[in-house]
Amino acid sequence: MRVMAQMAMVMNLDKCIGCHTCSVTCKQAWTNRTGTEYIWFNNVETRPGLGYPRTYEDQEKWEGGWELNKRGRLKLKSGGRFKKLMTIFSNPKLPSINEYYEPWTYDYATLTDAPAQEHTPVARPKSLITGKDMKIEWSANWDDDLGGATETAHMDPMLKKIADKVKFEFEQTFMFYLPRICEHCLNPSCAASCPSGAIYKREEDGIVLVDQDKCRGWRMCVSGCPYKKIYFNHKTGKAEKCTFCFPRIEVGLPTVCSETCVGRLRYIGLMLYDADKVLEAAVTPDEEDLYEAQRGVFLDPNDPEVIREAEKAGIARDWIEAAQRSPIYALINRFKVALPLHPEYRTMPMVWYIPPLSPVIDVVRETGEDAEDSKNLFAAIDALRIPIEYLAELFTAGDVEPVDRVLKKMAAMRSYMRDINMGREPNAAIPASVGMTEEEMYDMYRLLAIAKYDERY
Amino acid sequence: MKDRTKQAQGSTTVAGLDGSVSDALVRTRRYFTKSKVSPDLRTVLKTGGREADDFYRDRWSHDKIVRSTHGVNCTGSCSWKVYVKDGIITWETQQTDYPSAGPDSPEYEPRGCPRGAAFSWYTYSPTRVRYPYVRGVLLQMFREAKSQHDGDPVRAWEHIVENPRRAKAYKSARGKGGLVRATWEESCEIIAAAHVYTILKYGPDRVAGFSPIPAMSMVSHASGARFINLIGGSMLSFYDWYADLPVASPQVFGDQTDVPESGDWWNAGYLIMWGSNLPVTRTPDAHWMTEARYRGQKVIAVAPDYADNVKFADEWLPAKPGTDGALAMAMGHVVLKEFFVDRDTPYFTHYVKTYTDLPYLVCLDEAGEGTFSPGKFLTAADLAETASSANAAFKTVLIDAATGEPVVPNGSLGHRYGDADVGKWNLNLDGVDPQLTLIDAEHEGVRVHLPRFDSPDGSAGQLPRGVPARRIQGRLVTTVFDLLLAQYGVGREGLPGEWPSSYDDADAPYTPAWQEPITGIPAATAARIGREFAANAEESKGRSMIVMGAGTNHWFHSDTIYRAFLTLTNVTGCQGVNGGGWAHYVGQEKVRPLTGYNQIANALDWNRPPRNMIQTAFWYLHTNQFRYDQFSADTLSATRGPSVPGQDGPAASSFAGKTTADVIAQSARMGWMPSYPTFDRNPLELSDEAAGAGKPVAEHIVEQLKSGELSFACEDPDAKQNYPRVLSIWRANLLGSSGKGNEYFLRHLLGADSSLRASETPPELRPADVKWREEAPEGKLDLLMTIDFRQTSTTIFSDVVLPAATWYEKHDLNTTDMHPFVHSFNPAIAPPWQTRTDWDAWQSIAAKFSELAAIHLGVRTDVVAVPLTHDTIDAMANPHGVVRDWKAGECEPIPGVTMPKLVSVERDYGAVSDKMNALGPLADTLGATTKGVTFDVTKEVEYLRRKNGAVRGGVADGRPSLKRDIFVCEAILAMSGTTNGHLATQGFRTLEKRTGVKLADLASEHEGKQITFADTQGPPVPVITSPEWSGSETGGRRYSPFTINVERLKPWHTLTGRMHFYLDHDWMSELGENMPIYRPPLNMAALFAEPELGNIDDGSTGAVEGLTVRYLTPHNKWSIHSEYQDNLFMLSLSRGGQNIWMSDRDAAKVGIKDNDWIEAVNRNGVVVARAIVSHRMPEGTVYMYHAQDRLIDVPLAETSGKRGGIHNSLTRLLIKPSHLIGGYAQLCFAFNYLGPTGNQRDEVTIIRKRSQEVVY
Repeated sequence: MRVMAQMAMVMNLDKCIGCHTCSVTCKQAWTNRTGTEYIWFNNVETRPGLGYPRTYEDQEKWEGGWELNKRGRLKLKSGGRFKKLMTIFSNPKLPSINEYYEPWTYDYATLTDAPAQEHTPVARPKSLITGKDMKIEWSANWDDDLGGATETAHMDPMLKKIADKVKFEFEQTFMFYLPRICEHCLNPSCAASCPSGAIYKREEDGIVLVDQDKCRGWRMCVSGCPYKKIYFNHKTGKAEKCTFCFPRIEVGLPTVCSETCVGRLRYIGLMLYDADKVLEAAVTPDEEDLYEAQRGVFLDPNDPEVIREAEKAGIARDWIEAAQRSPIYALINRFKVALPLHPEYRTMPMVWYIPPLSPVIDVVRETGEDAEDSKNLFAAIDALRIPIEYLAELFTAGDVEPVDRVLKKMAAMRSYMRDINMGREPNAAIPASVGMTEEEMYDMYRLLAIAKYDERY
Repeated sequence: MKDRTKQAQGSTTVAGLDGSVSDALVRTRRYFTKSKVSPDLRTVLKTGGREADDFYRDRWSHDKIVRSTHGVNCTGSCSWKVYVKDGIITWETQQTDYPSAGPDSPEYEPRGCPRGAAFSWYTYSPTRVRYPYVRGVLLQMFREAKSQHDGDPVRAWEHIVENPRRAKAYKSARGKGGLVRATWEESCEIIAAAHVYTILKYGPDRVAGFSPIPAMSMVSHASGARFINLIGGSMLSFYDWYADLPVASPQVFGDQTDVPESGDWWNAGYLIMWGSNLPVTRTPDAHWMTEARYRGQKVIAVAPDYADNVKFADEWLPAKPGTDGALAMAMGHVVLKEFFVDRDTPYFTHYVKTYTDLPYLVCLDEAGEGTFSPGKFLTAADLAETASSANAAFKTVLIDAATGEPVVPNGSLGHRYGDADVGKWNLNLDGVDPQLTLIDAEHEGVRVHLPRFDSPDGSAGQLPRGVPARRIQGRLVTTVFDLLLAQYGVGREGLPGEWPSSYDDADAPYTPAWQEPITGIPAATAARIGREFAANAEESKGRSMIVMGAGTNHWFHSDTIYRAFLTLTNVTGCQGVNGGGWAHYVGQEKVRPLTGYNQIANALDWNRPPRNMIQTAFWYLHTNQFRYDQFSADTLSATRGPSVPGQDGPAASSFAGKTTADVIAQSARMGWMPSYPTFDRNPLELSDEAAGAGKPVAEHIVEQLKSGELSFACEDPDAKQNYPRVLSIWRANLLGSSGKGNEYFLRHLLGADSSLRASETPPELRPADVKWREEAPEGKLDLLMTIDFRQTSTTIFSDVVLPAATWYEKHDLNTTDMHPFVHSFNPAIAPPWQTRTDWDAWQSIAAKFSELAAIHLGVRTDVVAVPLTHDTIDAMANPHGVVRDWKAGECEPIPGVTMPKLVSVERDYGAVSDKMNALGPLADTLGATTKGVTFDVTKEVEYLRRKNGAVRGGVADGRPSLKRDIFVCEAILAMSGTTNGHLATQGFRTLEKRTGVKLADLASEHEGKQITFADTQGPPVPVITSPEWSGSETGGRRYSPFTINVERLKPWHTLTGRMHFYLDHDWMSELGENMPIYRPPLNMAALFAEPELGNIDDGSTGAVEGLTVRYLTPHNKWSIHSEYQDNLFMLSLSRGGQNIWMSDRDAAKVGIKDNDWIEAVNRNGVVVARAIVSHRMPEGTVYMYHAQDRLIDVPLAETSGKRGGIHNSLTRLLIKPSHLIGGYAQLCFAFNYLGPTGNQRDEVTIIRKRSQEVVY
């Protein structure tokens, strides 16, 4: 056992209101400068949708992340390190600026400076790449709220396998938001892709950073990251990425995106894991098993042996305590409601998500006799507008079972709490039906609903 | 179960990377790096040597963090940290130090939204207004004229504006560039000269000011308001103008609107979001809803599209736009039937008997052929034994079930005033058991005819139903409850009339089946949601809530929609209960320290009363929209036949032959609604004339009106002397945001280019009383002045633009409905370039004004026409709400009774600046009154004299100084109950005397607490429970409105003192709206000959195919009104310019693809935008998100050849006559409390694809 500590995040998508405050506060703080105009360390995607950059999840196309070779060993999908080194000067697997968007501004000054003229002054869009007039054709969040979805959403890579389940018609509409930052993976393919060794994981907290001095701008990391969360600064010629706000984390502040999250859906905490087990977990043959495999890498911070090993590994006592109090541990391993994003990329991502509930579809609503009945009101998981298969494509490599379990827990929590809310006798059978005790369910409710500042971070 | 054996098989291979070659490669490289490579060679680890990342550490560093917030146009009231480095504002993040909402509740942190997070972009952006600007052609003329007139700016102004050629030269240049830099001094001189000249020549009521929503920056709002009110100008309302005022609120509650803080959603067991897209429009609050779901709250979304909030709902009810009233009526039908008629629900029954007018008696009037119609409330004046009691006509009557005899319970309007009823204004029933229905006692079944409007064209019909009635002293009466059941079609055995056979009776209003074809919601669903809502309320004792938003409140008939909603909350005992009742969140913005703010902003400390004007009527007349009406006022009446243009209705309608403009004039002259400019003569001259004749000015005016020598200005709005001449706008964007009928503004008010395409009213439909002038004026306004920190559609059309400090550059106060805290603005940097704070800017203007006014105006006497006012005895001016028009010879013109009060005000124009900067003496001598409670603020004035220091010299010698913005903050805080516990308890004690119920304990826990400005500079400060509001925060509870009424039996400010289902005013009967009712959206095809919805034709140019659709303008995800829509961050996260959302099905009909350039055209104007095509939009409706302004990426329109318009280029004002009612009980004017709404939702447009080659 080699105990290491990892700063991690869980986002509860069931609370995300899609407001993009996280994106703006992050951008203001970190990438509001020349060369980074198109760079959003944090972005929020409407799903179904193309994501940012467009279709980044299509690894057949972009070849990000890891895969298993014939011998069951882990290899970068874009080719082994040897191949990487051989092809260092030509990297065809890079999204072009069009896959992101052509950043622009406007000639705002004309509003003030326009001389007397025939028409009312207007500020026209100007490309920040060419400086020329342009028609805006894409943006950092073009398909927000399903804008243009009837024309583009079928290209959402997640729909490939479940196309028959999703129709883009008014009556069938569903959507949810997916905020994304760097995953600060336990097994980062960006770092492995870097010919310069410029990308490293901080030993004490696992934050993945690009050494700005060492970076030579090869952009192999951009290709290597399946989440496309490394960006190329076209002014400095260096790669840049989400830093997990390490200057804040170091002084005990949560990341900007978390603290400013108006939906109060982000949790930050420390996870202890066994570094010796990472590779073994990453080579789990069946993609659908990767979620459980990754959970198996995490260590119980209350286990005396883990504590002993952690101390041996030089992990400070307050860090061990932090790991014990960690809401991340509670959500991933105690309540088991958080799931990894695309475990099939085998990078062991460390930003996890609680999948969203959604309105029930009309058909079922009409057959439900009394929606006040907890069974009908909160547990009709099969009747949700969001196809569970879609969520499974995102979080469990297509295995619907874990997603179903999480959604049922959430629904059961609502049913259970409704009795308490209405002053009725609580029904222990409800938590039991999802394998939880009443106390566990109540604790989970408090962590998800009340979610005080000190409990979120 | 999944096959786990695969995993086992997998573990047989050795975990590793790639192959041996790369292993070797990486192993070798390990020795060349200081970093640590993981033993399994996957990754690089690093502990020290991180200098390379100093860049990010440096980027994070800053010199200081300043607390501030964002003002004006957002309910958020979020406290922010503004970061400053090297004297430069870098960015902002949210404060997280809100006081706790309790251990078992989520918290308010971290309030904010992406728009607020992007605010600092404005500070240094290229759209920042850095210097004063004047339109070049005007500035040049002014300089020339001044030199020709001995340097006298006032005569120079006259020289320009009184010369038609010169006036046209600069007015027609408006909006066409050519702004040039000027100095503050010269700009202020022009502004001051325009004001002085206008007051001198036309009168002070020809000057107007517009700045909305004081709650979010009270001092900034009060700055110009105080100046305008000192000189006698008109401040224009905003709440009604924005159509954010739910007129149902004064109608039902006798209150402007009072709503729960967002933290109270947490307490609800059932929540319906009805036309309110919480994640977008209440971004900082939305989490309370998402979190309350985990507590077992059921959430319903009613929205025509799959809006952002729908994803959180358990069920989505996609009701067709504008049909929400039908759905609510059907739900009400189910609730009344199942919870009142089929069985008794004790909680509900007790509630409605105590807190609503349902048991009160209404007279039934004979309507011929053995039928009756509901008439007036039975009052004490109608009963022999009580007829002579004080205010008898305002004491309503019910039957005591115990005795079967009529009784007059405490708490009605008649008990609110007069010595006889001290201590009786309360809801204590003193053992009386109100009889809810007469059906259980001896009664006769009476056939009543009730109105209906549910035909697709909205025309009036009749509904024959029945009520149980009995005779009391010769009058046939029934209860409001019995009438309500008849209205809702809930039948009972033995009653005459036609009744629904069942819920499935689709022909009978208001069954679930009846609403299905109207709303598109299945009947069973409507019934079930209604049932669930009530069942939850019954079990939880009122914890069912409806969050209602602009989607339901911006319609012409929104008051009827809301009254149908309020039936649901009010019969189920949800109002005045934490977690229950209505939650109307449409722009009302609670100024928690209301009393102090009112003193300062209205300048009540120096002169009373202010001229507060209803803005909708103001612009309806002064932008000449009345000249384009195509139907008469009785089109909307219940007594009229089908609404066909040009067809005369039956003579029964009192609106017959009248236009809306006529009705406005009638309301004004009867003293119902304010009207400024008031008379067709300068009020200063009227005062002089009266003084010359040696008689009181009121007498003089009445004589002149009777003789016809004097008229109301609104009776001839196009006469030169009746124009508004000077308009100042600050903290607002009239021409880019709120100005419904934008093209009418441009043409008639400004004289600028416009794309107006409408036809004028044909001669047979023109006003009867209001004068029609052949030539419609263009360019009525002489000066449009705007203070702003960014360029907007308003600034670019302004004659003078002054540069404002932003919200990160000044001191101010901020409160909201959404949370119970007061917090502050503080300057992160000093105002940069030549910007000034609003307070400073208006001081500059006032100083120059006073200098010129001392010479040209001196001390004058003004006469202010004051409408009959709410929360005063004026509310008893018109017994039974009977219309008495003196002009029609129905009565004598008596000021304060049948016409406005006429009050003389002395104005020392040379002293305006001195007065502005000091707290005046009327604060001590007359006190400060809010909602009928007068606070004695002598102690506070003395405190302020010491805290702020006293002014030395001038008219304000020795008075407390208001020189600095923070002094004004202190004055507002000290003189309000919510922020000064001493005043709160004092006010409650005053109220205790009148009501006879215990109240002062609500505030006594904070009697010694006084919040100072310094307190607000720390964490947000909780406010104190005060009689200024109807809810209680006592003991740290969440604020919910009317809890004081419910728990302490304090009456509502209505006729019965209870919440009203029934309104008996003449005009309410005229419109068929005595009770909640369904009225469909206006039929623009019938009213204005627009194409029918769904028409595919070339309605506009004949060249391109177009589609006629409903045109809605909801609030924008990427802006707060027009603010932030020009912000580069928001533009980058959206689509970078004006957009219109439409359904894929509609787009396909006319060949429109996503992001295509399209034009939206109707008679009001034209919009050019790009289409966003999405299946989340319903067919037949497009959304143009509100207030995208016209400055960003708007090309020339094919249709007009001119710059494409804004969202309001396709709208216009339509005024509902019932909103003009005044002088009767809760239907009395108060500023932003009652007035016609500037609604805009009923409009339609043709959408067509245009050439994709655009030119600018």
